[in-house]
Amino acid sequence: MKREIDTLIRETFGRLTQVDSASALEKLHIEVLGRKGALAGLFKKLGSRPESERPALGKALNEARVQLESALEEARVRTVSVPSVASTIDITLPGRTPNLGHLHPITQVGMEITEVFRGLGFEVVEGPDVELDYYNFEALNIPKDHPARDMQDTFYITDNIVLRTHTSPIQVRVMEKQKPPVRIIAPGKAYRCDSDMTHTPMFHQVEGLMVDKDVRFADLKGILTIFVRQMFGSDVDLRFRPSFFPFTEPSAEVDMKCVMCMGEGCRVCSETGWLEILGSGMVDPEVFKMVGYDPEEVTGFAFGMGIERIAMLKYGINDLRLFFDNDLRFLEQF
Amino acid sequence: MLVSLKWLRDYVRFDASPDEIARRLTMAGLEVEAVEVDHFGLESVVVGRIHKVKQHPNDHRLKICEVQVRGAMYQVVCGAPNVVEGQTVPLALEGACLADGTEIRAAEIQGVPSQGMVCSEKELGLGQEESGIMVLPSHLEAGTPLAQALELDDIVLDIGITPNRPDCLSIVGIAREVGALFGVEWSPPRIRLQQSSPPVESLASVTIEDPDLCPRYTARVVQNVTIGPSPLWMRQRLEALGVRSINNIVDITNYVMLALGQPLHAFDYHRLDGHRIVVRRARPQETFVTLDGRNHELRQDMLLICDASQGVALAGIMGGLNSEITNETDAVLIESAYFDPTSTRRTAKTLGLSTESSYRFERGVDPEGVIAALDLAAQLMVELADGELATGYLDVYPVPIRREPVQLRVSKTNRFLGTDLTGAEIHRHLESIQLAVRMVTDDVMEVVPPSFRGDLSREVDLIEEVARLAGFDRIPSGLPLARVNSTKPATDQAIRYQVKQILANLGFCEIISYSFINPEALELLDLTPSDRRRRPLSLRNPLSEEQAAMRTSLVPGMLETAARNQRQNNFDLRLVELSKVFFPKGESDLPDERLNLCGLLSGLRRPTAWNEPAVAVDFFDIKGAVEALMLELGITGARWETVETAPYLRPDVSARILVDGTPLGDLGQVRPRVAQAFDLSGDVYIFDMDFDFFLEKTETWKAFHPLPRFPAVNRDLALVVEQSVAAQNLLDFLEAHRSELVESIALFDQYHGDQVGKGKKSLGFRVTYRSPDRSLTDREVNQIHTEFSKKVVDAFKAALRS
Repeated sequence: MKREIDTLIRETFGRLTQVDSASALEKLHIEVLGRKGALAGLFKKLGSRPESERPALGKALNEARVQLESALEEARVRTVSVPSVASTIDITLPGRTPNLGHLHPITQVGMEITEVFRGLGFEVVEGPDVELDYYNFEALNIPKDHPARDMQDTFYITDNIVLRTHTSPIQVRVMEKQKPPVRIIAPGKAYRCDSDMTHTPMFHQVEGLMVDKDVRFADLKGILTIFVRQMFGSDVDLRFRPSFFPFTEPSAEVDMKCVMCMGEGCRVCSETGWLEILGSGMVDPEVFKMVGYDPEEVTGFAFGMGIERIAMLKYGINDLRLFFDNDLRFLEQF
Repeated sequence: MLVSLKWLRDYVRFDASPDEIARRLTMAGLEVEAVEVDHFGLESVVVGRIHKVKQHPNDHRLKICEVQVRGAMYQVVCGAPNVVEGQTVPLALEGACLADGTEIRAAEIQGVPSQGMVCSEKELGLGQEESGIMVLPSHLEAGTPLAQALELDDIVLDIGITPNRPDCLSIVGIAREVGALFGVEWSPPRIRLQQSSPPVESLASVTIEDPDLCPRYTARVVQNVTIGPSPLWMRQRLEALGVRSINNIVDITNYVMLALGQPLHAFDYHRLDGHRIVVRRARPQETFVTLDGRNHELRQDMLLICDASQGVALAGIMGGLNSEITNETDAVLIESAYFDPTSTRRTAKTLGLSTESSYRFERGVDPEGVIAALDLAAQLMVELADGELATGYLDVYPVPIRREPVQLRVSKTNRFLGTDLTGAEIHRHLESIQLAVRMVTDDVMEVVPPSFRGDLSREVDLIEEVARLAGFDRIPSGLPLARVNSTKPATDQAIRYQVKQILANLGFCEIISYSFINPEALELLDLTPSDRRRRPLSLRNPLSEEQAAMRTSLVPGMLETAARNQRQNNFDLRLVELSKVFFPKGESDLPDERLNLCGLLSGLRRPTAWNEPAVAVDFFDIKGAVEALMLELGITGARWETVETAPYLRPDVSARILVDGTPLGDLGQVRPRVAQAFDLSGDVYIFDMDFDFFLEKTETWKAFHPLPRFPAVNRDLALVVEQSVAAQNLLDFLEAHRSELVESIALFDQYHGDQVGKGKKSLGFRVTYRSPDRSLTDREVNQIHTEFSKKVVDAFKAALRS
């Protein structure tokens, strides 16, 4: 009988290797493990064996059952189930998808920008939307009655309180509290009294600042080049162009080779082949003096960019106002 | 600033193409925003040759001309008496616009088609002759655009001049830059004055009473001028730069301003009382009528140019009606002065008067450039208005403005920029823009900026000039050596982002709406009179009533966004916004800025699909979303209360969330009346929470609980209680009285109906029992569960439903 058990195991394993369908497997299962199967037959024979052999044979049979069951079960999960004709489904019917939400593109791009700079060791800081004139202008070397104030149309609450026109006041607030080195990135909303095709009265900016001993203009170029290439691709061409901001000297606009026309000239870049994406410059010594830094001891650079602008270029969005219409057909694209 | 290339060539020679000039100027900080061709208004006007002239069959005064234009022949009906075959004439084709604004179209004249118009000088704005068509020199090639044939076309650069560079607000200023950038010669206009007696001192006088606001005032007098139109060349230049021609005298002052950057004013000499100029601050209650006819009440810090008796010009901004140049003017006093930038700006801003003149004075003109401008204007008046120029000029300049020398270190320059420029290179760059440079040591140079560069007063200003002229592209790109510092994690920003992502995973679309609010929208929320949300921070200069204040609640913006979406047929809405709201504090304090989190559900729970029944969202969808969010953020122990929820919510379908007694916000169904006021249709559910409180309750620290090793045993408990008993109360009781073997209690069923009786409901709880160190037996669990059930039945006078 021991031999019969071994034979059943060996034969079953042999037949298992031949099985190529679920039905064949099912058939094998019935023949071996079914109520009237081979193993059941052996169990029946057990009663006819001498009492002294029964315990050992019973043990062997039980072990054989476990071995066969697990072998067949393993074979079953590995065999593709082929549904019967009656339960065929049309697998081309749409599936049941969960409701999918979306983060606003401004949030996504803003996060992407800050993450690039966090990777470069910049710390994220924030400040109030409603700001003192002092932080928004005066401490940034824009005195009252200075023509540079024309560069930004300001919403006023009182003579001394404004809606911040940029996120630059945050750099002053940080420098007032912290000694160099400073490396910060400051995202947030900004407001200007302007509304047309290319301006919304509220928009989002990211401001960056690095101050330390011997920070050079060359470093500004290096850091911003890294940033633009991480955002737009490692082969993007950049140019730095002299400009003017009251709180930096020298000041530079950063242009990127137009991503729409690859520099050939198109409507998006006003036929110039270049897209303005950032304002930047070396921190003006007057700004350092306002916060008690010694411009002979430390130097630094600052930069700022509009998140909407970056998002528009990144996704090819052609109308700024879409960001604030919050039409689902827009939001669901991101 | 518009710059005509033709005009620019008067002062600087260059061979570069317009695009190359534009590129170099842009890369030197003078951003060329556009390069435009100017046709002097003569678009679609071409040179034509009269090939044949026939009599018009229906009108004896008209002729039919065949006009040849290169390969094509145009038939034009013409009424001019002087048209003859073989003439070369200006032909306005379809689309051309005449000087009086008439647009040319193909038409039928007395039954004969006419494809254009042969024009007179006057019709083209080229002169006064109107008796017949303009006859052009016969060598002009037919088909050439007329502006090009007459050399009236020009290329105009539109340059964005930054506020620090008033010296570039003139053609000469740009010529100076072009000279430096291309290393070519440039020169300002040469002036040869023709002066005739008498001396100017015998004709006029100048007194400055307030030299702080007017450091320098100069004047000349030109007599016997003839007022008339300006010559074509001057009109072409002015119009190319967007300045309308008025008459020769006014045009000359504008021309000189554009050429040299010095604003001038021409007074009618005979209308100046006492032939005197007095420069003084306005007197109390003094008023003044500017030449645009507006009457201004002046403040005492405003500078006024006066004659012996009254004001005649707002210094540096606009002249007065009482002394302006008219057709009767026959003598002119020309003013060329330096006015204080700040004072000019303040006055212009206060009076809402911004002019080309004030724009330049605000930014600072060249105090040493006033005489050259005075002379050029005077000479042009002699040449173009037949004037007689009095000898000499008046010049009151009590305290000359001096430019201090600035030290520049070569080593500092290179350290600051990251370059290795030599002293000689730096020297060369600075001299190319007229700075006087003297080497003091190998490292230090002393630089005296010219009078027109008021923006250069510090070492860093000079370093900028060096960088700009060397070219930013020549500065290498490096990376800073930075000390490692321990950047704090951006906790708040990270949690906000996490919250937004959780909500996105729950199917919400994030919106960002304006921080502004229409105060009237707040009124629609039914807030109580004492609610602080009704008193938002007002803007002093809002763009519109819609955006007149800073929002105190995200709810109106959310409802407006939902309504806007419904108008676009987006009905299934799951929206959320996490933004600041603003509450005023003291008059001179910044407001309290708080983050709020507001969400909205409306429409179907899931998009319609073949295997989804259409089910509308309800209260438990919005509550579930908030519960899921709190679960993710580790906020436990939330209590839900129905008392005094937000007044814009239905009192019977809303709840207030409290955690440890702190209200975090409200949620529920928006009252139909409120929803309608916002043009919303359907049921709308909203949650509105104080996110700063929410953050305080957030527990981002997660502790691991070992997985249980022994099996759990479930027992259900169905309680029949009064309808008024809140599930939360039962759960509280069960939680409070549970055995330590109870692992969890979950409400899985609610039923009301015949089986439990009127006014009653059945609530089904699943109690899970488990021991951490052994398998529980059925007997043991049955005993505990029976005791547990009895406690709650007794406490709530409930019945067990079997």
